[in-house]
Amino acid sequence: MKRLLFLLPVVGFLVLLGVFFAGLGRDPRALPSAFIGKPLPAFATAPLRPGDVGLANVDFQRGEPVLLNVFASWCGPCRVEHPVLMRLRQEGVAIHGLDWKEDAAAGMKWLNERGDPYIRAGNDQTGRTGIEFGVAGVPETFVIDKQGRVRYRHVGALTPDDWEQKIGPLMEQLRKES
Amino acid sequence: MRRLASFAVAFALLAGPAGAVNPDEQLADPALEARAHKLSRELRCVVCQNQSIDDSDATLARDLRIILRERISAGDSDKQAVDFIVARYGSFVQLDPPLRLDTLALWFGPLAVLVLGGIGAVVYIRGRSPARAGDLTPEEEAELAEMLKSDDPSPLDRAR
Repeated sequence: MKRLLFLLPVVGFLVLLGVFFAGLGRDPRALPSAFIGKPLPAFATAPLRPGDVGLANVDFQRGEPVLLNVFASWCGPCRVEHPVLMRLRQEGVAIHGLDWKEDAAAGMKWLNERGDPYIRAGNDQTGRTGIEFGVAGVPETFVIDKQGRVRYRHVGALTPDDWEQKIGPLMEQLRKES
Repeated sequence: MRRLASFAVAFALLAGPAGAVNPDEQLADPALEARAHKLSRELRCVVCQNQSIDDSDATLARDLRIILRERISAGDSDKQAVDFIVARYGSFVQLDPPLRLDTLALWFGPLAVLVLGGIGAVVYIRGRSPARAGDLTPEEEAELAEMLKSDDPSPLDRAR
């Protein structure tokens, strides 16, 4: 009994060590959204493509899970994830885009040069629309379920690994939900 | 001279840490500005994470400072203005976290560690018996008495 008591601090130390070690690999920016399980707030943006309709929260209530990708042409990691988005779009994944904190011309130029993976694309020149649902920077990708609720928030570039291990399976699961 | 000195003191008191707040963000009404300034020091910048939005130069921090001032100008109470931002960015942005079920560990964790450590220390100190001389056999007692009587500087050698 007494021996066990002496082991207690050692066990405690090892547990702490494990917790800290696990924390080393975690991205401190990857915070859960404050909107997990809640619908996106009401918003409607200007269009990104000239003569198009913009992006609104009602676009996310069409009975299919959809990705909301927040991007900007001035953002480095967006260049990394853009080919991934193009591939997903070709595979039939529904993606809406929000061009954050730049004028529509800059965002449009980006899409013209690299391809346009989005179904609906909105322009958020002031950044206020993104702030409405807690965007802290670009790129960020939200997984929205059939009812238009936020289910997951991915911070940073969406890599093929992220898709295969986390977001793809989640989309598949959401597709099966009633 | 005296007036000059009081001016100097007044200006010295006015000069607080300025933070990253730009003059064009500030509200004209000093009372509202003071409230906004105080609140912005309690909100974490989600970009830099270890700075308040008052200290941070990140553009998002600037946006949030402006939003905070808009809410306050529109007649929000301090709580309403902070809640507006917490509703969007989560409780993580509160540098002074509220006492809630999921923040109990944050508030009372250190106290729990202190109490546990205290209990451990008490148990350890109580359990430690004072150093006690072992009981001597009659032969040893006799030997000891012999040694103490003797003036020989090396009684141990002789005893052997």
